[in-house]
Amino acid sequence: MPEEKEMRILLKGNDAVIYGALLASCDCFFGYPITPASEIAHSAALLFPKLGRVFLQAESEIAAINMVFGAAAAGRIAMTASSGLGISLKQECVSYMATSEMPGVIVDVMRGGPGLGNIGPEQGDYNQVVKGGGHGNYKCIVLAPDSPQEMCDFTYLAFDLAEKYRTPVYVLSDGVIGQMLESVKLPPPREKRQSPEWSLTGPGRANYVTSIFLDHDDLESVNIKLQRKYSEIAANEQSCESFMTDGAEIVLVAYGISARIAKNAVSNLRRDGVKAGLLRPTTLFPFPVREISLAAEKASHLVSVELSNGQMIDDIRLAISCRRPVHLCSRMGGNMPSETEIESFCRKILRGGAA
Amino acid sequence: MRKVVFGKPGAFFDLFERRPGQIKTNMHYCPGCGHGILHKLIAEALSDLDMQKDTIMVWPVGCSVFGYYYFDAPGISVPHGRAPAVATGIVRSRPDFNVVCYQGDGDLAAIGLNELIQAANRGENITVLFVNNATYGMTGGQMAPTTLPGQKTQTSPYGRSIENEGYPMKICEMVSALDSPVYVERVALSTPAHIRKARAALRKAFSYTKEKKGFSLVEFLSACPVNLKMSAEESDKWIQEKMIAHFPLGIYKDVGADRNPKTPATPEYDKAIVKDILYPQDDELGAGAVPADDFIFKIKCAGFGGQGILSMGLMIAEAAHQQGFQVTWLPSYGPEMRGGTANCSVVVSSRKIPSPIVEKADLMIIFSQLAMDKFKNGMEDGGTMIYDENNVVSLGEKPANCRIIGMNASEIAKNLGDARIANTLMLGAMSVFMRRISRSSFLKAIRKSFARKEKVLDINLRAFGEGEKTISKAVAEKI
Repeated sequence: MPEEKEMRILLKGNDAVIYGALLASCDCFFGYPITPASEIAHSAALLFPKLGRVFLQAESEIAAINMVFGAAAAGRIAMTASSGLGISLKQECVSYMATSEMPGVIVDVMRGGPGLGNIGPEQGDYNQVVKGGGHGNYKCIVLAPDSPQEMCDFTYLAFDLAEKYRTPVYVLSDGVIGQMLESVKLPPPREKRQSPEWSLTGPGRANYVTSIFLDHDDLESVNIKLQRKYSEIAANEQSCESFMTDGAEIVLVAYGISARIAKNAVSNLRRDGVKAGLLRPTTLFPFPVREISLAAEKASHLVSVELSNGQMIDDIRLAISCRRPVHLCSRMGGNMPSETEIESFCRKILRGGAA
Repeated sequence: MRKVVFGKPGAFFDLFERRPGQIKTNMHYCPGCGHGILHKLIAEALSDLDMQKDTIMVWPVGCSVFGYYYFDAPGISVPHGRAPAVATGIVRSRPDFNVVCYQGDGDLAAIGLNELIQAANRGENITVLFVNNATYGMTGGQMAPTTLPGQKTQTSPYGRSIENEGYPMKICEMVSALDSPVYVERVALSTPAHIRKARAALRKAFSYTKEKKGFSLVEFLSACPVNLKMSAEESDKWIQEKMIAHFPLGIYKDVGADRNPKTPATPEYDKAIVKDILYPQDDELGAGAVPADDFIFKIKCAGFGGQGILSMGLMIAEAAHQQGFQVTWLPSYGPEMRGGTANCSVVVSSRKIPSPIVEKADLMIIFSQLAMDKFKNGMEDGGTMIYDENNVVSLGEKPANCRIIGMNASEIAKNLGDARIANTLMLGAMSVFMRRISRSSFLKAIRKSFARKEKVLDINLRAFGEGEKTISKAVAEKI
């Protein structure tokens, strides 16, 4: 076995997901083909059986997530992967899972929307993934990778978080991060996950799983319990990368591929003496309110760089209680802003131009 | 003769503690409803077949949503119609457990028909118990897929019209037409004689599940007196006289004796084995560190699908990786598998690469006229473009401040013996402009790329050399 420092291989983001999942001791993968997420299922089909683990192509997006639900209830941990419209179809079951506190991992490799849209990169699933998305008062933990390395690492982490908080966890990615190839250092294999006490296969026959509570007080208690959990998650799990934010006058906020382009823009601006910085949320729920709020103390402007119609921008405004102007730098439909586009957007704002 | 003991079946709780509210001894079902009878048959079968300890009941949306109140067995309430999918998740991850789905006609035959048919067709090792009472009970008596012609419901107030809603859905007939299912039978809960048959059918299905034989379906014609607006006796009579005429009783399929038990794989979690399967082999690892300077080099390869554009980019990426550089490769990905446009961006750097997107290329490889027209203005000042003269008719207006070199790549490739090696030829040509990556790293990348296609490895290695030679000559001539 080669030395650890050399253990880097070239992987596509989508393939890296499956390495992360298997090393995290994921038991089952249930998938359905959809561009640009299909390579995740391809890799799972190739690698899960090599370790005797379950790979099954479901008949639909809906069936796939329901299989994840079933495996979770049986005390095993499973995952699925999809994109945009496929995620929309899964939402009902995700709500059931959140309510009955079933762990599971869902990878969303976002594509262009709305409707059938296209298969270009976009970030228009932000609201449907970060804000709950399905019916009722629930949220899921959402991790936002920006590289194949993080596709692997965040998927790996997602299983631990799902298990710890008994909740579905999303890895929210996009077409570029899913399709691109980069070197990845693989994490160590994890122990086999023990079947939890609460599972249907748990001790005795006492356990059951439900999300129907006809009595209003009973259902309110369930809701309150969930909200307490989300507060705990918000307190413990915020995460954000800070890039050149020291003394930044204008702070860009971006995740996924937008963040990588924005990094180039920030470097270029700094080179030209413009005090720009970037905050890259790596968790979207919980949103890194603390760091963004702190940045707003010093910066005069914030910019949300997103491949959507101003979805994350709402969370930025809430994070800073609208103390600073937050501007939207966005492209949609599968297009991405060039680094020059982002640069001129920032320069214009600093000159006092309208966003 | 065996002594008959009357009493509560062992698989029922003595007190229904899971049921909220005051009532802990009664079920929530209406008088005359078939669910009560079927629940009793299930509870008896679970006890008698010694299945109580390892059977999971999957409950639908419908009147039987609260089935888990009553059974001393693990239960799960699942989204409307999805019981067979949830059951699949359970039984695939824990094949040592027996899984039973309990579904009504709205749940199974309307919103969940796909899940049912697909689970049946995969031969999942589960039993599906289908309660057909020809109506949506819980929501207040709407028309179901199995509602009889002329039957009045809340949503067919003039009677089910064949013209408007078609004939009742025949589930047993559909499922038994598939090859995978083991056992399909339709029974009724309307008379003691029918109930005895139903009891036997249920036990046969459970036995097959226990023996891991595969998919069983039992359909129960069942009464819903409240929504039929009839008494219990009238409802049973209605089943006898009307329902059975549309839904003939009997065994539709029983091939359990011919089937071997399923033998699912044993999952592997041993760390050494997991590492062995997933960790990279020696030839997948990069060579190590390169000088930490500011080197960054952006490449764009473009042509049409089938020309090996993406794999050419991958070979560049692999060579850079072998050399110890950081590298990103990003394909354009289109719905066209062949013949459409294809391009990829490769960024090579001695540091972590911020963006994988190439806005201005230091090196551009062009394989088609379309690609030339689309990308020629995306060149960095002082950059180099190599294009395939055999596929590009016109350069049009030349981009300024860069070097443009034509090469008859396709023709040379054909002369070498295979038109498909034009991409490796171009790789050889472009390698001349990327001296930070050694020749041996490129050759290693080619070897890796064709590791599973030994036959064409040699010709590709030759093509690489030919590309290097041709371009060097072309450059020398120009100078």
